[in-house]
Amino acid sequence: MAEPMRIRAALQGDVADVRILMRHPMETGQRKDAKGDIVPTHFIQNVVVTHNGRTVLDAQWSQAVSRDPFLGLRVKGAKAGDTIVVTWTDNKGDKRTDEATVAAAS
Amino acid sequence: MNHLRRSFLAVASGASALVAAGFVKPRAAEAATWNKQGFEAKAYNDAIKGLGATNMIESKDISITAPDIAENGAVVPVAITSKIPNTRSISIVAEKNPFPLAATFDVANGAEPYASVRLKMGQTSNLRAIVKADGKYYTAAKEVKVTVGGCG
Amino acid sequence: MFMTRGRLAALALALLASPIAAQDGPDGLAVGRQMLAEDNPGELWVARGQRLFFEKRGPKKASLESCDLGLGPGKVEGAFAQLPRYFADTDKVQDLESRLMTCMVTLQGFTTEDILRNRFGTLDNDSDMEALVSFIGSKSNGMKMNVPLRHAKEAEAYKAGEYLFHRRSGPLDFSCATCHADQGRRIRLQELPNMTDSKQVQTVVATGWPAYRGTQATVRTMQHRLYDCNWQMRLPDLGYASDMSIALTSYLNHRGNGGVVQLPGVRR
Repeated sequence: MAEPMRIRAALQGDVADVRILMRHPMETGQRKDAKGDIVPTHFIQNVVVTHNGRTVLDAQWSQAVSRDPFLGLRVKGAKAGDTIVVTWTDNKGDKRTDEATVAAAS
Repeated sequence: MNHLRRSFLAVASGASALVAAGFVKPRAAEAATWNKQGFEAKAYNDAIKGLGATNMIESKDISITAPDIAENGAVVPVAITSKIPNTRSISIVAEKNPFPLAATFDVANGAEPYASVRLKMGQTSNLRAIVKADGKYYTAAKEVKVTVGGCG
Repeated sequence: MFMTRGRLAALALALLASPIAAQDGPDGLAVGRQMLAEDNPGELWVARGQRLFFEKRGPKKASLESCDLGLGPGKVEGAFAQLPRYFADTDKVQDLESRLMTCMVTLQGFTTEDILRNRFGTLDNDSDMEALVSFIGSKSNGMKMNVPLRHAKEAEAYKAGEYLFHRRSGPLDFSCATCHADQGRRIRLQELPNMTDSKQVQTVVATGWPAYRGTQATVRTMQHRLYDCNWQMRLPDLGYASDMSIALTSYLNHRGNGGVVQLPGVRR
Protein backbone atom coordinates (compact mmCIF):
# COMPACT_ATOMS: atom_id res chain seq x y z
CA MET A 1 0.00 0.00 0.00
CA ALA A 2 1.17 3.48 -0.76
CA GLU A 3 2.75 5.50 2.01
CA PRO A 4 0.76 8.39 3.50
CA MET A 5 1.25 11.83 1.99
CA ARG A 6 2.66 14.64 4.03
CA ILE A 7 0.35 17.64 3.74
CA ARG A 8 1.06 21.01 5.26
CA ALA A 9 -1.54 23.77 5.01
CA ALA A 10 -0.82 27.07 6.74
CA LEU A 11 -2.60 30.40 6.54
CA GLN A 12 -0.93 33.50 5.17
CA GLY A 13 -3.63 36.12 5.55
CA ASP A 14 -6.74 34.45 4.09
CA VAL A 15 -4.72 32.25 1.76
CA ALA A 16 -3.89 28.67 2.69
CA ASP A 17 -0.42 27.73 1.48
CA VAL A 18 -0.76 23.99 0.80
CA ARG A 19 2.36 21.86 0.37
CA ILE A 20 2.07 18.16 -0.39
CA LEU A 21 4.77 15.48 -0.57
CA MET A 22 3.79 12.09 -1.97
CA ARG A 23 5.65 8.80 -2.02
CA HIS A 24 5.53 7.41 -5.55
CA PRO A 25 8.16 5.93 -7.90
CA MET A 26 6.97 7.94 -10.96
CA GLU A 27 8.58 5.41 -13.29
CA THR A 28 9.12 6.64 -16.84
CA GLY A 29 9.24 3.18 -18.38
CA GLN A 30 12.85 3.76 -19.42
CA ARG A 31 14.69 2.53 -16.34
CA LYS A 32 16.09 -0.97 -15.88
CA ASP A 33 16.11 -2.68 -12.50
CA ALA A 34 19.07 -4.54 -10.95
CA LYS A 35 18.23 -7.64 -13.05
CA GLY A 36 18.26 -5.62 -16.26
CA ASP A 37 14.51 -5.74 -16.79
CA ILE A 38 12.67 -2.61 -17.89
CA VAL A 39 10.60 -1.19 -15.05
CA PRO A 40 7.13 -0.51 -16.51
CA THR A 41 5.73 3.00 -16.64
CA HIS A 42 4.11 3.77 -13.29
CA PHE A 43 3.14 7.31 -12.44
CA ILE A 44 0.50 9.48 -10.85
CA GLN A 45 -1.85 10.81 -13.53
CA ASN A 46 -4.32 12.84 -11.48
CA VAL A 47 -4.21 14.74 -8.23
CA VAL A 48 -7.39 16.32 -6.92
CA VAL A 49 -7.30 18.73 -4.00
CA THR A 50 -10.48 19.79 -2.24
CA HIS A 51 -11.04 22.59 0.28
CA ASN A 52 -14.01 21.90 2.58
CA GLY A 53 -15.28 19.46 -0.04
CA ARG A 54 -14.99 21.75 -3.09
CA THR A 55 -12.42 20.90 -5.76
CA VAL A 56 -9.80 23.67 -5.86
CA LEU A 57 -7.12 21.99 -7.92
CA ASP A 58 -7.37 19.22 -10.47
CA ALA A 59 -3.95 18.27 -11.76
CA GLN A 60 -2.99 15.96 -14.61
CA TRP A 61 0.58 14.72 -14.66
CA SER A 62 2.90 12.91 -17.03
CA GLN A 63 5.79 10.67 -16.06
CA ALA A 64 8.00 13.79 -16.18
CA VAL A 65 6.96 14.71 -12.65
CA SER A 66 9.82 13.78 -10.32
CA ARG A 67 9.88 10.73 -8.08
CA ASP A 68 8.38 11.38 -4.63
CA PRO A 69 6.35 14.25 -6.07
CA PHE A 70 5.81 17.65 -4.55
CA LEU A 71 2.73 19.77 -5.21
CA GLY A 72 2.22 23.30 -3.95
CA LEU A 73 -0.98 25.33 -4.28
CA ARG A 74 -2.64 28.33 -2.66
CA VAL A 75 -6.29 28.54 -1.66
CA LYS A 76 -7.90 31.92 -1.11
CA GLY A 77 -10.70 32.40 1.38
CA ALA A 78 -9.44 29.70 3.74
CA LYS A 79 -9.76 29.71 7.52
CA ALA A 80 -7.95 27.88 10.28
CA GLY A 81 -9.54 24.49 10.78
CA ASP A 82 -10.66 24.10 7.18
CA THR A 83 -10.21 20.67 5.64
CA ILE A 84 -7.91 19.95 2.73
CA VAL A 85 -8.28 16.53 1.11
CA VAL A 86 -5.80 15.27 -1.48
CA THR A 87 -6.34 12.23 -3.69
CA TRP A 88 -3.93 10.90 -6.26
CA THR A 89 -4.62 8.24 -8.85
CA ASP A 90 -1.90 6.55 -10.86
CA ASN A 91 -1.86 4.83 -14.24
CA LYS A 92 -2.34 1.42 -12.61
CA GLY A 93 -5.49 2.67 -10.92
CA ASP A 94 -3.95 2.82 -7.46
CA LYS A 95 -5.28 5.67 -5.33
CA ARG A 96 -4.38 7.29 -2.09
CA THR A 97 -6.36 9.90 -0.14
CA ASP A 98 -5.08 11.89 2.81
CA GLU A 99 -6.34 14.96 4.56
CA ALA A 100 -5.07 17.83 6.63
CA THR A 101 -6.44 20.75 8.57
CA VAL A 102 -5.50 24.33 7.72
CA ALA A 103 -3.29 25.65 10.51
CA ALA A 104 -3.45 29.22 11.78
CA ALA A 105 -0.70 31.60 10.68
CA SER A 106 2.38 31.01 12.80
CA MET B 1 -12.00 17.69 -24.93
CA ASN B 2 -12.28 20.94 -23.04
CA HIS B 3 -16.06 20.72 -22.83
CA LEU B 4 -15.63 17.30 -21.37
CA ARG B 5 -13.19 18.61 -18.81
CA ARG B 6 -15.52 21.40 -17.81
CA SER B 7 -18.40 19.02 -17.29
CA PHE B 8 -16.19 16.81 -15.14
CA LEU B 9 -15.40 19.82 -12.96
CA ALA B 10 -19.09 20.59 -12.79
CA VAL B 11 -19.76 17.05 -11.62
CA ALA B 12 -17.02 17.47 -9.04
CA SER B 13 -18.58 20.68 -7.70
CA GLY B 14 -21.98 19.05 -7.58
CA ALA B 15 -20.52 16.22 -5.56
CA SER B 16 -18.89 18.78 -3.29
CA ALA B 17 -22.22 20.36 -2.50
CA LEU B 18 -23.38 16.95 -1.27
CA VAL B 19 -20.21 16.64 0.77
CA ALA B 20 -20.74 20.09 2.28
CA ALA B 21 -24.32 19.16 3.10
CA GLY B 22 -22.98 16.13 4.94
CA PHE B 23 -24.52 13.53 2.64
CA VAL B 24 -21.30 12.10 1.34
CA LYS B 25 -18.09 11.27 3.13
CA PRO B 26 -15.29 13.45 1.69
CA ARG B 27 -13.34 10.77 -0.11
CA ALA B 28 -11.81 10.84 -3.55
CA ALA B 29 -13.21 13.67 -5.66
CA GLU B 30 -13.96 13.19 -9.36
CA ALA B 31 -10.82 13.76 -11.43
CA ALA B 32 -10.51 15.34 -14.85
CA THR B 33 -9.87 13.03 -17.81
CA TRP B 34 -6.18 12.55 -18.44
CA ASN B 35 -5.20 14.40 -21.60
CA LYS B 36 -3.85 11.39 -23.50
CA GLN B 37 -3.34 13.28 -26.74
CA GLY B 38 -1.25 15.97 -25.07
CA PHE B 39 0.71 13.77 -22.68
CA GLU B 40 1.57 11.09 -25.25
CA ALA B 41 2.76 13.59 -27.86
CA LYS B 42 6.50 13.25 -28.51
CA ALA B 43 6.99 16.45 -30.50
CA TYR B 44 6.61 19.88 -28.95
CA ASN B 45 4.12 21.06 -31.61
CA ASP B 46 1.95 17.98 -31.10
CA ALA B 47 1.94 18.53 -27.35
CA ILE B 48 0.75 22.11 -27.90
CA LYS B 49 -1.92 20.81 -30.28
CA GLY B 50 -2.96 18.27 -27.65
CA LEU B 51 -3.50 21.15 -25.25
CA GLY B 52 -5.55 22.97 -27.88
CA ALA B 53 -3.18 25.89 -27.49
CA THR B 54 -2.09 26.50 -31.07
CA ASN B 55 -2.79 30.25 -30.82
CA MET B 56 -0.72 31.43 -27.88
CA ILE B 57 -0.20 35.02 -26.77
CA GLU B 58 3.14 35.89 -25.15
CA SER B 59 2.42 37.29 -21.71
CA LYS B 60 4.44 39.10 -19.06
CA ASP B 61 1.72 38.30 -16.54
CA ILE B 62 2.98 34.74 -16.16
CA SER B 63 5.96 34.26 -13.89
CA ILE B 64 8.07 31.14 -13.79
CA THR B 65 10.21 30.44 -10.74
CA ALA B 66 12.86 27.83 -11.49
CA PRO B 67 16.63 27.66 -11.16
CA ASP B 68 18.75 29.03 -14.03
CA ILE B 69 20.92 25.96 -13.54
CA ALA B 70 19.51 22.66 -12.29
CA GLU B 71 22.02 20.64 -10.28
CA ASN B 72 20.02 17.52 -10.92
CA GLY B 73 17.80 17.09 -13.95
CA ALA B 74 15.73 14.47 -12.11
CA VAL B 75 14.37 17.05 -9.68
CA VAL B 76 13.88 20.50 -11.18
CA PRO B 77 11.60 22.67 -9.04
CA VAL B 78 9.25 24.96 -10.93
CA ALA B 79 6.48 27.26 -9.72
CA ILE B 80 4.13 29.15 -12.03
CA THR B 81 2.06 32.18 -11.09
CA SER B 82 -0.45 33.77 -13.46
CA LYS B 83 -1.75 37.30 -13.02
CA ILE B 84 -4.12 36.89 -15.97
CA PRO B 85 -7.73 37.37 -14.85
CA ASN B 86 -9.96 34.28 -14.96
CA THR B 87 -7.06 31.87 -15.24
CA ARG B 88 -8.60 28.40 -15.49
CA SER B 89 -5.58 26.22 -16.05
CA ILE B 90 -1.80 26.25 -16.04
CA SER B 91 0.22 23.75 -18.11
CA ILE B 92 3.96 23.17 -18.06
CA VAL B 93 5.87 21.99 -21.09
CA ALA B 94 9.54 20.94 -20.98
CA GLU B 95 10.19 21.60 -24.65
CA LYS B 96 12.97 19.04 -25.21
CA ASN B 97 11.66 16.22 -23.03
CA PRO B 98 10.75 12.90 -24.72
CA PHE B 99 7.13 13.74 -23.83
CA PRO B 100 7.11 17.54 -23.63
CA LEU B 101 3.79 18.12 -21.83
CA ALA B 102 4.57 17.56 -18.14
CA ALA B 103 1.54 18.75 -16.21
CA THR B 104 -1.75 20.63 -16.33
CA PHE B 105 -3.32 22.22 -13.27
CA ASP B 106 -6.99 23.26 -13.40
CA VAL B 107 -7.75 25.79 -10.69
CA ALA B 108 -11.25 26.50 -9.35
CA ASN B 109 -13.25 27.55 -6.30
CA GLY B 110 -10.74 29.99 -4.83
CA ALA B 111 -7.44 28.31 -5.74
CA GLU B 112 -5.00 31.02 -6.75
CA PRO B 113 -3.61 30.75 -10.30
CA TYR B 114 -0.44 29.15 -8.97
CA ALA B 115 1.14 25.72 -9.00
CA SER B 116 4.46 24.40 -7.77
CA VAL B 117 5.88 21.04 -8.81
CA ARG B 118 9.18 19.27 -9.58
CA LEU B 119 10.03 17.88 -12.98
CA LYS B 120 12.52 15.59 -14.68
CA MET B 121 14.38 17.29 -17.49
CA GLY B 122 16.47 15.20 -19.83
CA GLN B 123 18.55 18.15 -21.05
CA THR B 124 18.88 21.92 -21.06
CA SER B 125 15.58 23.25 -22.38
CA ASN B 126 12.93 25.89 -22.17
CA LEU B 127 10.26 25.38 -19.56
CA ARG B 128 7.11 26.82 -21.03
CA ALA B 129 4.05 27.81 -19.04
CA ILE B 130 0.74 27.89 -20.88
CA VAL B 131 -2.18 29.58 -19.18
CA LYS B 132 -5.79 29.24 -20.26
CA ALA B 133 -8.02 32.17 -19.39
CA ASP B 134 -11.37 33.17 -20.90
CA GLY B 135 -10.87 30.60 -23.64
CA LYS B 136 -7.54 32.09 -24.72
CA TYR B 137 -4.04 30.74 -24.28
CA TYR B 138 -1.16 32.80 -22.91
CA THR B 139 2.45 31.72 -22.60
CA ALA B 140 5.87 32.50 -21.15
CA ALA B 141 9.11 30.51 -21.10
CA LYS B 142 12.30 30.25 -19.09
CA GLU B 143 15.44 28.33 -19.97
CA VAL B 144 16.79 25.88 -17.40
CA LYS B 145 20.31 24.58 -17.90
CA VAL B 146 20.70 20.98 -16.77
CA THR B 147 24.19 20.09 -15.57
CA VAL B 148 26.03 16.90 -14.85
CA GLY B 149 26.64 16.73 -11.14
CA GLY B 150 29.74 16.32 -9.04
CA CYS B 151 30.44 13.77 -6.33
CA GLY B 152 28.22 10.63 -6.24
CA MET C 1 31.60 27.26 -16.93
CA PHE C 2 28.89 29.81 -16.18
CA MET C 3 30.62 31.54 -13.32
CA THR C 4 34.07 32.54 -12.31
CA ARG C 5 35.82 30.57 -9.61
CA GLY C 6 35.73 33.55 -7.29
CA ARG C 7 31.98 33.89 -7.54
CA LEU C 8 31.51 30.21 -7.00
CA ALA C 9 33.70 30.30 -3.91
CA ALA C 10 31.67 33.22 -2.59
CA LEU C 11 28.50 31.29 -3.30
CA ALA C 12 29.87 28.22 -1.58
CA LEU C 13 30.67 30.24 1.51
CA ALA C 14 27.28 31.91 1.50
CA LEU C 15 25.51 28.56 1.20
CA LEU C 16 27.62 26.90 3.85
CA ALA C 17 27.10 29.77 6.22
CA SER C 18 23.34 29.48 5.84
CA PRO C 19 22.16 26.33 4.08
CA ILE C 20 18.46 26.87 4.74
CA ALA C 21 17.99 30.63 4.41
CA ALA C 22 16.94 32.04 1.07
CA GLN C 23 19.80 32.58 -1.36
CA ASP C 24 18.08 34.67 -3.96
CA GLY C 25 21.35 35.97 -5.29
CA PRO C 26 22.37 36.27 -8.90
CA ASP C 27 23.74 32.72 -8.96
CA GLY C 28 21.81 30.11 -10.88
CA LEU C 29 21.69 27.32 -8.32
CA ALA C 30 20.34 28.95 -5.19
CA VAL C 31 16.69 29.27 -6.24
CA GLY C 32 16.45 25.54 -6.87
CA ARG C 33 18.22 24.62 -3.64
CA GLN C 34 15.91 26.86 -1.67
CA MET C 35 12.81 25.36 -3.29
CA LEU C 36 13.96 21.82 -2.55
CA ALA C 37 14.89 22.63 1.05
CA GLU C 38 11.46 24.14 1.75
CA ASP C 39 9.73 20.85 0.97
CA ASN C 40 12.15 18.04 1.63
CA PRO C 41 11.03 14.56 0.49
CA GLY C 42 13.21 13.33 3.37
CA GLU C 43 10.20 14.11 5.57
CA LEU C 44 8.56 11.03 4.05
CA TRP C 45 11.50 8.98 5.37
CA VAL C 46 11.07 10.56 8.81
CA ALA C 47 7.43 9.45 8.85
CA ARG C 48 8.29 5.93 7.72
CA GLY C 49 11.15 5.74 10.24
CA GLN C 50 8.83 6.74 13.04
CA ARG C 51 6.39 4.01 12.05
CA LEU C 52 9.18 1.41 11.84
CA PHE C 53 10.58 2.43 15.23
CA PHE C 54 7.30 1.72 17.04
CA GLU C 55 6.22 -1.28 14.97
CA LYS C 56 6.73 -4.80 16.33
CA ARG C 57 9.12 -6.29 13.78
CA GLY C 58 11.69 -8.97 13.18
CA PRO C 59 11.80 -12.61 14.34
CA LYS C 60 11.28 -11.44 17.96
CA LYS C 61 8.30 -9.26 17.01
CA ALA C 62 9.58 -6.36 19.06
CA SER C 63 9.64 -2.61 18.54
CA LEU C 64 12.71 -0.46 19.08
CA GLU C 65 11.05 1.32 22.01
CA SER C 66 13.53 -0.10 24.49
CA CYS C 67 16.56 0.65 22.31
CA ASP C 68 19.13 2.69 24.24
CA LEU C 69 20.67 5.23 21.92
CA GLY C 70 22.78 6.68 24.71
CA LEU C 71 20.23 8.65 26.70
CA GLY C 72 18.30 5.70 28.11
CA PRO C 73 15.96 3.05 26.69
CA GLY C 74 13.55 4.44 24.10
CA LYS C 75 14.78 8.02 24.37
CA VAL C 76 15.21 9.35 20.86
CA GLU C 77 14.97 13.08 21.62
CA GLY C 78 18.48 14.47 21.50
CA ALA C 79 20.13 11.10 20.86
CA PHE C 80 21.59 12.01 17.48
CA ALA C 81 23.20 15.18 18.89
CA GLN C 82 25.27 13.07 21.28
CA LEU C 83 26.49 10.36 18.93
CA PRO C 84 28.89 8.66 18.45
CA ARG C 85 29.48 7.69 22.07
CA TYR C 86 30.70 4.77 24.19
CA PHE C 87 28.23 2.01 25.09
CA ALA C 88 29.11 -0.26 27.99
CA ASP C 89 26.99 -3.21 26.81
CA THR C 90 28.94 -3.54 23.58
CA ASP C 91 32.13 -2.01 25.01
CA LYS C 92 32.37 0.05 21.82
CA VAL C 93 32.01 3.55 20.53
CA GLN C 94 28.98 3.52 18.23
CA ASP C 95 27.38 5.95 15.81
CA LEU C 96 23.63 6.02 15.20
CA GLU C 97 23.69 3.43 12.43
CA SER C 98 25.85 0.98 14.35
CA ARG C 99 23.80 1.41 17.52
CA LEU C 100 20.57 0.82 15.62
CA MET C 101 22.12 -2.36 14.22
CA THR C 102 22.83 -3.53 17.76
CA CYS C 103 19.22 -2.88 18.77
CA MET C 104 17.77 -4.50 15.65
CA VAL C 105 19.85 -7.62 16.31
CA THR C 106 19.42 -7.90 20.08
CA LEU C 107 15.82 -6.64 20.45
CA GLN C 108 14.23 -7.62 17.16
CA GLY C 109 16.29 -10.65 16.18
CA PHE C 110 17.35 -9.42 12.74
CA THR C 111 20.68 -10.73 11.52
CA THR C 112 23.56 -8.40 10.77
CA GLU C 113 23.52 -9.79 7.21
CA ASP C 114 19.86 -8.80 6.75
CA ILE C 115 20.57 -5.28 7.93
CA LEU C 116 23.69 -4.88 5.81
CA ARG C 117 21.92 -6.13 2.69
CA ASN C 118 19.34 -3.39 3.21
CA ARG C 119 21.74 -0.67 4.38
CA PHE C 120 21.55 1.47 1.23
CA GLY C 121 18.14 1.93 -0.36
CA THR C 122 17.79 1.55 -4.12
CA LEU C 123 15.09 2.64 -6.54
CA ASP C 124 13.54 -0.81 -6.11
CA ASN C 125 14.05 -1.38 -2.36
CA ASP C 126 13.69 1.03 0.53
CA SER C 127 16.19 0.85 3.36
CA ASP C 128 14.75 0.60 6.87
CA MET C 129 18.02 1.96 8.23
CA GLU C 130 17.77 5.14 6.14
CA ALA C 131 14.23 5.71 7.41
CA LEU C 132 15.12 5.06 11.06
CA VAL C 133 18.14 7.36 10.92
CA SER C 134 15.96 10.09 9.35
CA PHE C 135 13.42 9.80 12.15
CA ILE C 136 15.95 9.72 14.98
CA GLY C 137 18.06 12.49 13.45
CA SER C 138 14.99 14.74 13.22
CA LYS C 139 14.35 14.16 16.93
CA SER C 140 17.42 16.29 17.72
CA ASN C 141 16.21 19.25 15.66
CA GLY C 142 16.85 22.55 17.38
CA MET C 143 19.41 21.00 19.75
CA LYS C 144 23.14 21.62 19.67
CA MET C 145 25.59 18.88 18.75
CA ASN C 146 27.18 17.78 22.01
CA VAL C 147 29.22 14.66 21.32
CA PRO C 148 31.00 13.43 24.46
CA LEU C 149 34.73 12.85 24.68
CA ARG C 150 34.96 11.48 28.21
CA HIS C 151 35.52 7.75 27.91
CA ALA C 152 38.99 6.57 26.93
CA LYS C 153 37.49 4.76 23.91
CA GLU C 154 35.77 7.95 22.77
CA ALA C 155 39.10 9.76 22.88
CA GLU C 156 40.72 6.88 21.05
CA ALA C 157 38.07 6.95 18.27
CA TYR C 158 38.47 10.71 17.91
CA LYS C 159 42.23 10.42 17.57
CA ALA C 160 41.96 7.59 15.06
CA GLY C 161 39.43 9.63 13.07
CA GLU C 162 41.72 12.65 13.02
CA TYR C 163 44.55 10.48 11.77
CA LEU C 164 42.41 8.84 9.09
CA PHE C 165 41.06 12.19 7.91
CA HIS C 166 44.56 13.38 7.09
CA ARG C 167 46.17 10.10 6.04
CA ARG C 168 46.86 9.90 2.31
CA SER C 169 46.51 6.48 0.76
CA GLY C 170 45.26 4.49 -2.20
CA PRO C 171 46.09 4.68 -5.90
CA LEU C 172 45.25 8.40 -6.06
CA ASP C 173 47.18 9.19 -2.86
CA PHE C 174 44.16 11.09 -1.54
CA SER C 175 43.06 11.80 2.00
CA CYS C 176 39.77 13.30 3.16
CA ALA C 177 41.78 16.48 3.68
CA THR C 178 42.77 16.61 0.01
CA CYS C 179 39.25 17.76 -0.79
CA HIS C 180 37.96 18.97 2.57
CA ALA C 181 40.67 21.11 4.19
CA ASP C 182 40.70 24.22 1.98
CA GLN C 183 38.29 27.01 1.17
CA GLY C 184 36.45 27.10 -2.13
CA ARG C 185 37.19 23.63 -3.45
CA ARG C 186 34.54 22.02 -5.62
CA ILE C 187 33.79 19.13 -7.94
CA ARG C 188 32.04 20.50 -11.03
CA LEU C 189 29.35 22.77 -9.56
CA GLN C 190 29.33 21.22 -6.09
CA GLU C 191 31.18 23.11 -3.39
CA LEU C 192 33.12 20.93 -0.97
CA PRO C 193 32.95 21.89 2.69
CA ASN C 194 36.18 22.74 4.44
CA MET C 195 36.02 20.45 7.46
CA THR C 196 38.92 22.23 9.16
CA ASP C 197 36.75 25.34 9.47
CA SER C 198 34.73 25.10 12.68
CA LYS C 199 31.59 26.79 11.28
CA GLN C 200 31.56 24.59 8.20
CA VAL C 201 32.09 21.35 10.09
CA GLN C 202 29.26 22.36 12.45
CA THR C 203 26.94 22.95 9.51
CA VAL C 204 27.79 19.65 7.83
CA VAL C 205 27.52 17.60 11.00
CA ALA C 206 24.33 19.24 12.33
CA THR C 207 22.41 19.77 9.08
CA GLY C 208 24.18 17.62 6.50
CA TRP C 209 23.37 13.92 7.01
CA PRO C 210 20.99 12.13 6.90
CA ALA C 211 19.90 13.96 3.73
CA TYR C 212 17.50 13.30 0.89
CA ARG C 213 19.63 12.89 -2.24
CA GLY C 214 17.71 13.98 -5.31
CA THR C 215 20.04 12.10 -7.66
CA GLN C 216 19.57 8.87 -5.68
CA ALA C 217 15.91 9.42 -4.74
CA THR C 218 16.48 8.27 -1.18
CA VAL C 219 17.83 9.50 2.12
CA ARG C 220 21.51 8.77 2.60
CA THR C 221 23.15 8.75 6.01
CA MET C 222 26.66 9.71 7.11
CA GLN C 223 27.72 6.07 6.67
CA HIS C 224 26.88 6.36 2.98
CA ARG C 225 28.63 9.73 2.65
CA LEU C 226 31.83 8.24 4.06
CA TYR C 227 31.48 5.07 2.01
CA ASP C 228 31.07 7.12 -1.16
CA CYS C 229 33.96 9.50 -0.38
CA ASN C 230 36.08 6.43 0.18
CA TRP C 231 35.02 5.08 -3.20
CA GLN C 232 35.77 8.45 -4.81
CA MET C 233 39.31 8.08 -3.47
CA ARG C 234 39.41 4.57 -4.98
CA LEU C 235 40.09 2.99 -1.61
CA PRO C 236 38.80 -0.46 -0.68
CA ASP C 237 35.11 -0.39 0.35
CA LEU C 238 34.58 1.20 3.72
CA GLY C 239 32.76 -1.34 5.90
CA TYR C 240 29.33 -0.23 7.09
CA ALA C 241 29.50 0.70 10.77
CA SER C 242 33.17 -0.33 10.71
CA ASP C 243 35.61 0.97 13.32
CA MET C 244 37.13 3.19 10.64
CA SER C 245 33.80 4.77 9.71
CA ILE C 246 32.90 5.34 13.35
CA ALA C 247 36.32 6.84 14.07
CA LEU C 248 35.87 9.36 11.24
CA THR C 249 32.35 10.19 12.43
CA SER C 250 33.57 10.57 16.02
CA TYR C 251 36.22 13.04 14.90
CA LEU C 252 33.91 15.06 12.64
CA ASN C 253 30.83 15.05 14.90
CA HIS C 254 32.81 16.07 17.97
CA ARG C 255 34.32 18.91 16.00
CA GLY C 256 30.79 19.86 14.96
CA ASN C 257 29.75 20.40 18.59
CA GLY C 258 27.72 23.57 18.96
CA GLY C 259 26.10 23.24 15.54
CA VAL C 260 22.30 23.36 15.75
CA VAL C 261 20.70 20.20 14.37
CA GLN C 262 18.19 20.50 11.52
CA LEU C 263 17.59 17.16 9.79
CA PRO C 264 17.14 15.58 7.40
CA GLY C 265 19.08 17.71 4.99
CA VAL C 266 18.55 17.79 1.25
CA ARG C 267 21.20 17.51 -1.43
CA ARG C 268 21.25 17.33 -5.19
